[in-house]
Amino acid sequence: MVNYIWVGMMIIGFIVAGINGTMDKVNEAIFTSAKEAVTLSFGMISILVFWLGIMKIAEKGGLLEVLAVMFRPIVKRLFPDIPKDHPAQGYILSNMAANLLGLGNAATPMGIKAMEQLKILNGGKNEASRSMITLLAINTSSITLIPTTIIAIRMSYNSQSPTDIVAPTLIATAISTVGAILIDRYYYYRSLPKGGK
Amino acid sequence: MSIVQSFSIWFIPFLIGFILLYGTYKKVPTYETFVEGGKEGFSIAINIIPFLVGMLVAISVFRASGALDYIMMAMRPLFSLFHIPAEVVPLGLMRTISGTGALGMTSDLIATYGPDSFIGRLASTIQGSTDTTFYVLTVYFGAVGIKKMKYALKVGLLADLIGFLASIAVISLLFYS
Repeated sequence: MVNYIWVGMMIIGFIVAGINGTMDKVNEAIFTSAKEAVTLSFGMISILVFWLGIMKIAEKGGLLEVLAVMFRPIVKRLFPDIPKDHPAQGYILSNMAANLLGLGNAATPMGIKAMEQLKILNGGKNEASRSMITLLAINTSSITLIPTTIIAIRMSYNSQSPTDIVAPTLIATAISTVGAILIDRYYYYRSLPKGGK
Repeated sequence: MSIVQSFSIWFIPFLIGFILLYGTYKKVPTYETFVEGGKEGFSIAINIIPFLVGMLVAISVFRASGALDYIMMAMRPLFSLFHIPAEVVPLGLMRTISGTGALGMTSDLIATYGPDSFIGRLASTIQGSTDTTFYVLTVYFGAVGIKKMKYALKVGLLADLIGFLASIAVISLLFYS
C-alpha cells in the first residue's frame, strides 16, 4: 500500500507540474527535500542518543518490571480470557510498559511473544481471539510518555518550546486508547450471537 | 493552559531525574549504561535517513507541483464543516498506513507552517497520539500466523480516527481557546 502511495505522489506530482508549468519548482524540490531529510535525521541524533541512553538505565534498573506490577490489575480486567498467572499475562505487561516508555524495540518482541501465547490459548487456530484483538487495539493506540522523535523534529526547526506538545499528546493518546478499548468491547459483544466464544 | 504548559516543561526533567536516582539506587552503572543505550539512538537516527529521504522527496514533489493545493482546495469545504483543518488530513490518512511516511509528512508540515503554529502543534500531536495500525496488524498477526483477523482492523482504524479528532480538540482547546 505504501508503495502505491509513494509512486502515486511522485507521478501525479510530475503530471500536475507538467500541466501547471511548475516543473522547475519540482526539480528544485527533489534536491532540496532530499538534503533536508538528511539534515533532519542528523538533527535528531542528539535527542535520540540522549533519550535512549536514559531509557537504557530505566530498563537495566528493572523499571519495566515495576511498571508491569502496577499494570497487573488493569490487565486482568482487559483480558478476562487469560487464566491467572499465565505467561501471556507477563508478556502483555512488559509490552505495555515498554510502549509507555517509548521503547518500541523492546515492545514489539514482547507483543509477539504475547501473541504466541494467546494463540496457544486459542487452540492454535489461525483466527484472532478476543484477547489478541484487545492487545492489538492497545498497541495501535499506544500510550507513550515522551514522543521523542517529534520533540527532536520540533527542535531542529527551532521551536520556542519543543516539549509543549507533551501534555496534549498524552491527553490525545489516552483518549484514543480508551476509545480503542471501548470499540474493541463493542465489536466483541456484537460478535457474540453469531456463535463466537 | 499555563498548567498544561508547565506540566509539559516539568515532566521531562522529573522523569529523567527519577530514572537516574532509581538507577543509582538499583546500583546500575548509570553512565556506562547511558552510553551503551545512546549508541542505539545513533543507529536509529542513521537508519531513518532513507525512509525520510524517500518520503520527503515524494511529498515535496507533490506539494511543489501544486497537486496538494488542488486536493486541499477540493477538500476544505467538506472538512471545515467539521472544523478539521484540511492541511492535516493527508497526515491522518498516512498515519494508519506507514509510520515513517507519516513522520515525513509531520516534518514537512512543521517545516512549512512552523513548529509553534497551530498546524505544527497539531501535526506533532497527531504523529504522537497513535501508532501505525497496518504495521502493528501485519507484524503482530503475521509473526504468529493469524489469517482471520475478524474485527481487528475496524477497531484499529476507528481508534486512529478517535486519536486524530482528539488531537484537533485538545490542541484547539489548550492553545487556542
